[in-house]
Amino acid sequence: MNDSKVKGRVQSANERVHNFDEVEFGYNEEEALKEANRCLQCKNPRCVQGCPVHIAIPEFIKCIKEKNFKKAYEVISDSSSLPAICGRVCPQEKQCESMCIKGLKGEAISIGALERYVATYALENNLSSTISKEKNGKNIAIVGSGPAGLSCAGELARAGFDVTIYEVLHKPGGVLVYGIPEFRLPKSIVQKEIDSLKKIGVKILCDVFIGNSLTIDDLREKYDAIFLGTGAGLPRFMGIEGENANQVFSANEVLTRINLMGAYKNDAKTPVKKGKVAYIIGGGNVAIDAVRSLKRLGVDARIMYRRSIEELPARKMEVEHAMEEGIPFEFLVNPKKILVDEDNNVVGMEVVNMKLGEKGEDGRASVEEDLSSLHTVSCDMVVMALGTSPNHTALKNSDIKLTDRSLIEVDGGKTSIDSVYAGGDAVTGAATVILAMEAGKNAAKEIIEQFKN
Amino acid sequence: MYRIVYNKLICNNTYELLVEAPLVVEKCMPGQFVIVMSKEDSERIPLTIYDYDKKKGLLYLIYQVIGASTEELSTMKDNIFGVVGPLGNANEICANVDMFKGKRICYVAGGVGIAPVYPQVKFLKEHGFDVDVIYGAREANLLLIRDKIEKVVHKISYATDDGSFGIKGFVTDVLKKNIDKYDIVVAIGPVIMMKNVVLVTKEYNVKTIVSMNPLMVDGSGMCGACRCEVAGKPKFACIHGPEFDGFEVDFDLALKRLNVYKDEEKEKWQQMKKILEGGK
Repeated sequence: MNDSKVKGRVQSANERVHNFDEVEFGYNEEEALKEANRCLQCKNPRCVQGCPVHIAIPEFIKCIKEKNFKKAYEVISDSSSLPAICGRVCPQEKQCESMCIKGLKGEAISIGALERYVATYALENNLSSTISKEKNGKNIAIVGSGPAGLSCAGELARAGFDVTIYEVLHKPGGVLVYGIPEFRLPKSIVQKEIDSLKKIGVKILCDVFIGNSLTIDDLREKYDAIFLGTGAGLPRFMGIEGENANQVFSANEVLTRINLMGAYKNDAKTPVKKGKVAYIIGGGNVAIDAVRSLKRLGVDARIMYRRSIEELPARKMEVEHAMEEGIPFEFLVNPKKILVDEDNNVVGMEVVNMKLGEKGEDGRASVEEDLSSLHTVSCDMVVMALGTSPNHTALKNSDIKLTDRSLIEVDGGKTSIDSVYAGGDAVTGAATVILAMEAGKNAAKEIIEQFKN
Repeated sequence: MYRIVYNKLICNNTYELLVEAPLVVEKCMPGQFVIVMSKEDSERIPLTIYDYDKKKGLLYLIYQVIGASTEELSTMKDNIFGVVGPLGNANEICANVDMFKGKRICYVAGGVGIAPVYPQVKFLKEHGFDVDVIYGAREANLLLIRDKIEKVVHKISYATDDGSFGIKGFVTDVLKKNIDKYDIVVAIGPVIMMKNVVLVTKEYNVKTIVSMNPLMVDGSGMCGACRCEVAGKPKFACIHGPEFDGFEVDFDLALKRLNVYKDEEKEKWQQMKKILEGGK
């Protein structure tokens, strides 16, 4: 019996490299039913253990089988506040789907695609978990409107808290808006999730830079508790010669210009640099998002990653899509120096081949340079996608304890200051949307606990 | 939306914008800046704070029309879409007046650089300092806010390229003659002027603070567009600056980096002019 998964329909690679429309169309009802019917409904479901927020996966899939999509949405909503987003951006192959018993011998159930189907159904039918309790009179401030802040806000608002989110940018959504491109996560989806939070009473104030416009102490005077979901911070650079050349950008800058400022549209008021040949340095989701965005703008954009294909940290589906789109990946090579002309314009890079060594404690192979392999490549644009280092503007004049990696120290979700909680990338360093959501949700639970009675 | 009180031409291509932004001015200090957006789809424009009225929640800005986005800003009448701030750090002297008591301070301003200089000099006067200012521009009618700045300085000297006001020459000519009078120089203006000021002050080893104005996108540390090389290391003007130790800044690099988007900006300006003409 053929038991392969129902493949999701996508825009063809030839077509989609010329637009920013969503790549995947998502299942229709027939496809969702067919895929749901593959689920074995395990008594001891391993997939649930693989999910950072422990969605009752077999249960919602059962609801799909029964065509009770509303119930399926309720099941998911019990655990996740942003299913339309997670269905699209979670690295399912490393989480729920990696644990699926079916995956041992064949293909795992496409749990992410099913989650997305349910979430789409809910958005189209205006189902939102508006079940909010009576107001309890407690005011909570949330700093940052990314996935951590949004999920914390949703949880608290539904529990009867009065929630205000502060956002420094002019649009709420954090990385969902400035980072993840339209073709992977349409901004209309993010907007709908934000609108549904507003519907249950969450207030969002943009253009406020906590630390500068207001300090944590100011917030402590006005609010009963604070959640800090300030995100990953400053983009990292390599510290190599020529890195401040005119056409060396952080992936964050390229993505912010394209996504937040809409530079992919012809009539956009904010430009984005389009080189002829651009190397994106790194192999995470941000690198893949940047390379695919630039490709769509007509740039010969390539990935340069110092490890091998097996170590690529990006979501598997995105790597596959990028390869289908004809994006070259150069593995086991790393820049040593950026070459510039007299006007500081990028003309190429001096690069070195890398050798993989033993696997470290984190399961990733160490890498070492093969200095005999030094050679040059030509390009006129370089984009660094190397992760981030903490930005503690929000903590100005506060004595919140930091870890030795300079991240916010928490016990559960509690920081060292009374009634101040934190979660997401500001606590863990750059991670995933779902982990940030989980942290936001867990902090919300602790806040609810604090104000019980 | 932020209500515009006025947005008026004050000279040549230079405008003064007064806008209601209580949350921005509540905590702002001289040396900090803001980012403004004319409309929801506009570019984010970083502008240094020129003056503020904390009681009324009013923010004063001065800007020059030098491209599409400032051109658009100059047409805004009732409201603007966004003002975020204060961003960056306060001027080092203003933030630590006790540490600098008794120091002899000279500000050097070029062109619209007088706008960020004004609140610093005013603040220092209020804190008991007698501050000198050297102010230069191409010609007399490009010297801005003279009446305001003259009220807060101890002594002011002017320099114009064509000699139409003050001495004929550059601010550095005036500074060179008087350099032995000062312990600290703060220079704010075009990058080339700040570079030349530092050439003078370095020779006499007079501490010099400069305010960098690189390209910028978010202004909150997220994108790194605004990085400058300071003491050989990349620093973000938005988070680590905008003011840096002038002896440590790589001005030549900063000058080159200002040109990154030159071609795109030219094109956008043409587009914007068409849009604005169409709207009339």
